[in-house]
Amino acid sequence: MNWADLNLMPALPELFLLGALSFILVFDLFVPDEKRGVTYVLSLLTVALCAVLQVATFEPFAVTTFSGMFVDDPVADIIKVAMYGATAATLVYSRQYVADNGMFRGEYFTLSLFALLGMNVMVSSANFVTLYIGLELLSLALYALIALKRDSAAGTEAAMKYFVLGALASGMLLYGMSMVYGATGSLDIHVIATGISRPETNIVLLVFGLVFLVAGLAFKLGAVPFHMWVPDVYQGAPLAVTLMLGAAPKLAAFVFVIRILAQGLGELAAQWQGMLVLIAALSMLIGNLAAVAQTNIRRMLAYSTISHMGFLLLGVLAGNEQGYASAMFYALTYVLMSLAAFGVLLALSRAGFECDKVDDLKGLNARSSWYAFLMLLVMFSMAGIPPLAGFYAKFAVLRAVVDLPVLDFGFFAGSPVYLAVFAVLMSLVGAFYYLRVVKVMYFDGSQTDAPIVVRGDMKLLLSVNALALLVIGLLPERLVELCIDAMRQSLASF
Amino acid sequence: MFSNLLSLVIWVPIIAGVLVLATGDDRRAPLARWIALAGSALGFAASLPLFTAFDTLNGGMQFVEFAPWISALNINYHLGVDGLSMLFVVLNSFITMLVVIAGWQVIEQRVAQYMAAFLVMSGLINGAFAALDAILFYVFFEAMLIPMYLIIGVWGGPRRVYASIKFFLYTLLGSLLMLVALIWLYFAAGKSFSIEAFQDIAQIPLTVQILLFIAFFMSFAVKVPMWPVHTWLPDAHVEAPTGGSMVLAAITLKIGAYGFLRFVLPIVPDAARELAPIVVALSLVAVVYIGLVALVQTDMKKLVAYSSISHMGFVTLGLFLFTGSELNVWAVEGAIVQMVSHGFVSAAMFFCIGVMYDRVHSRNIADYGGVANRMPIFAAFMVLFAMANSGLPATSGFVGEFMVIMGALQVNFWVAALASLTLIFGAAYTLWMVKRTIFGEVANHHVDELTDVNKREFLVLAVLAIAVLGMGLYPQMFVDKMHLAVNDLIAHVAQSKL
Repeated sequence: MNWADLNLMPALPELFLLGALSFILVFDLFVPDEKRGVTYVLSLLTVALCAVLQVATFEPFAVTTFSGMFVDDPVADIIKVAMYGATAATLVYSRQYVADNGMFRGEYFTLSLFALLGMNVMVSSANFVTLYIGLELLSLALYALIALKRDSAAGTEAAMKYFVLGALASGMLLYGMSMVYGATGSLDIHVIATGISRPETNIVLLVFGLVFLVAGLAFKLGAVPFHMWVPDVYQGAPLAVTLMLGAAPKLAAFVFVIRILAQGLGELAAQWQGMLVLIAALSMLIGNLAAVAQTNIRRMLAYSTISHMGFLLLGVLAGNEQGYASAMFYALTYVLMSLAAFGVLLALSRAGFECDKVDDLKGLNARSSWYAFLMLLVMFSMAGIPPLAGFYAKFAVLRAVVDLPVLDFGFFAGSPVYLAVFAVLMSLVGAFYYLRVVKVMYFDGSQTDAPIVVRGDMKLLLSVNALALLVIGLLPERLVELCIDAMRQSLASF
Repeated sequence: MFSNLLSLVIWVPIIAGVLVLATGDDRRAPLARWIALAGSALGFAASLPLFTAFDTLNGGMQFVEFAPWISALNINYHLGVDGLSMLFVVLNSFITMLVVIAGWQVIEQRVAQYMAAFLVMSGLINGAFAALDAILFYVFFEAMLIPMYLIIGVWGGPRRVYASIKFFLYTLLGSLLMLVALIWLYFAAGKSFSIEAFQDIAQIPLTVQILLFIAFFMSFAVKVPMWPVHTWLPDAHVEAPTGGSMVLAAITLKIGAYGFLRFVLPIVPDAARELAPIVVALSLVAVVYIGLVALVQTDMKKLVAYSSISHMGFVTLGLFLFTGSELNVWAVEGAIVQMVSHGFVSAAMFFCIGVMYDRVHSRNIADYGGVANRMPIFAAFMVLFAMANSGLPATSGFVGEFMVIMGALQVNFWVAALASLTLIFGAAYTLWMVKRTIFGEVANHHVDELTDVNKREFLVLAVLAIAVLGMGLYPQMFVDKMHLAVNDLIAHVAQSKL
């Protein structure tokens, strides 16, 4: 590598993030407990500056650096900005909660920033090695975060489960990557993409590797049949960490899927579409049906996540620009919904009380009509009722699916319309449990009249967050076009 | 002057609703009520020019507005009304104002939220009637579920939770299938969501038409509601507050029938013709069987709810009477008149029951008797509306039923004969209920303590009575508005798409 030619500009936000978080790591050692707020502010500032740098270095085409290991394209830019927003929201929403639960320590912030860095690297990788490094950086930070509340048995158990299953999934990914390497002779996503069409490439080996890759991806997304960890981790982790888990990492996982399947193995679309159909359909089926039976709202949201990932994969499996763009839109709106949902739960939790059960939301409208209204927006958005953002996400995916030619996967052959009908029927099942949340908030009497004390900055951000669902729902044009343009530019540069 | 009229009719109530919501808790309830009244009155005022300035010589869309909304998906903010939809926009704005007045004192808890829900709902319903873009229609159509769910669930009766969830899921099932159908049509119409483009698709194979028909039918039949997917309606009605019942019966049911007019008949005419016998049969079941069911009800609200289903059976009957490939013009116009008339009459019936319920807190027929002795003014109105409900000539209820039966006679004698049974059953269940509640000796001390209607109630009743009589005596005023649009529709349906 020629250091003089090294263009650091595309990776500027990541480099800044690394520098800033290393500084915070050391600086925090000298901050006394009562002044921990400084670390909090510094972390937020770091994230904000990253976002500024990201926007400032925006280019409407892909730029690679580090010998093609690292790519900065429009999809990466948009997703990263969304991840900064999600991370900042996570920090703001969880501030009171972590303080109440003895987690308001430097580790919480540095680990969060490390997770963010890992996601950034994942999103920007143009090579299997960088992908894997980013993924592990993210995962290790998350394992530690889940177990951060040291005396919590549930948290430790969740961390353990996540760690063991996560390691297994990483192993599968590596195994799959090694087979792809064996077949194409490269780990570079670009080279792999061109290598597949060469006549001497061993397709059997590639497809074998593909199976492992898809399994690993499904695990990271939390899609059936690799979903077992999701409910346990969502329930066991400290609520603040669940919030984090449910937001930005989903965006990173989405880009992960795009990088490997769409950009790297796009030529094998016929093969992975068949796998994704099964995974998507099962995720929607099991996620929605299992969510109906939950009384714990975190488990319910976990299963709902599984079903949403199924819907998102439906967009991916369309295998064209339109489908990827719809999945991207879905991922972005999903993160907004997830943040707002857990944000409301955090707002309702207070020292010694975690908002855990669906019934803990009983009579919320009487206690605070504003939070009830915000949660109502989130629930109807998740159910896909217009005019909320969740509707357009589902609509865009369905549109991409219906546009497909007749499907033939051996086990399922027929018009893609049937797939769309299945998806909407599963949404109907989903609507039931979202309605139940609205029901307990609005129709039931309150069990407690404990005041809801929320910091002003959180209240503001949470309101903006939930109202964004309505605004995007009424005027989705900009975001839809942003996704389509970014996806087009990113795919074109391949 | 009239360029943004439809937008006004949609957004004025919604913005008023948001303002009402902003007044906060019940300490400022009077303010919330006045803003709600102002908002609904403004909405109604904005809707009046639609009626007066409507060009009866123009069969096409009027008051059209067009703006790109989501250009990436070719979805447009495209509004317009023709003779089929204009009446409902006006009717809805009118009923909303009455609903606000009807809930003036009765609703004491969460007044702002109650009023806001109705105002938002009113705007959304206007939007559904005025939308010319399928996705825009769908957005309004679905969004309506949210306020209605809350209205039934928060202010409803004892089984409100069951009723509201049943209502929501039933209607959602239908509309989700419709969404897939709309997306399919989008590609078939050359990537356009315009409803007119859907109607102009030249060829659709019969099997596809039948599938599309089923998807639309599920959605609209549940809304109408047709037998056998009507079971949500009695629950929803019984548990909803008076205003909720009024809006449900007067307006939301009409959207289902409107969907048949706007989507099913023109988009899949061949499937509609093929399957018309089934629809006619289901409609007759609704007319006859549900009429009998209404007869045995002991709960007044349930009785009127079943009577609504029976009357809506008349509407769907009128819409699907084919001779060859031609729809019957009498029947279609009769169905639309019946829809408008039922909007007035059912709203009035539910309001009357609400007036009694507010005083005695019972909906059971057995708890009343001899109300006329204590509430003579009210009794006069109630008898008038009961007559309209049973289709007495000179009331609006007669016109629609008469026209549909006339149409049916031209198509098939036995269909007409069965349909005309409604005149017997309708009279039986309505008048019997009136006899048991209004007339006779004072039944118990609750009735004895009744006071007659106050000014607010009198106002609502009088306005509705004028509407019912006006439409009964001079139906031409309404029929003229729709005539050209109905002829266009019939001509369109007559063209096969095979």
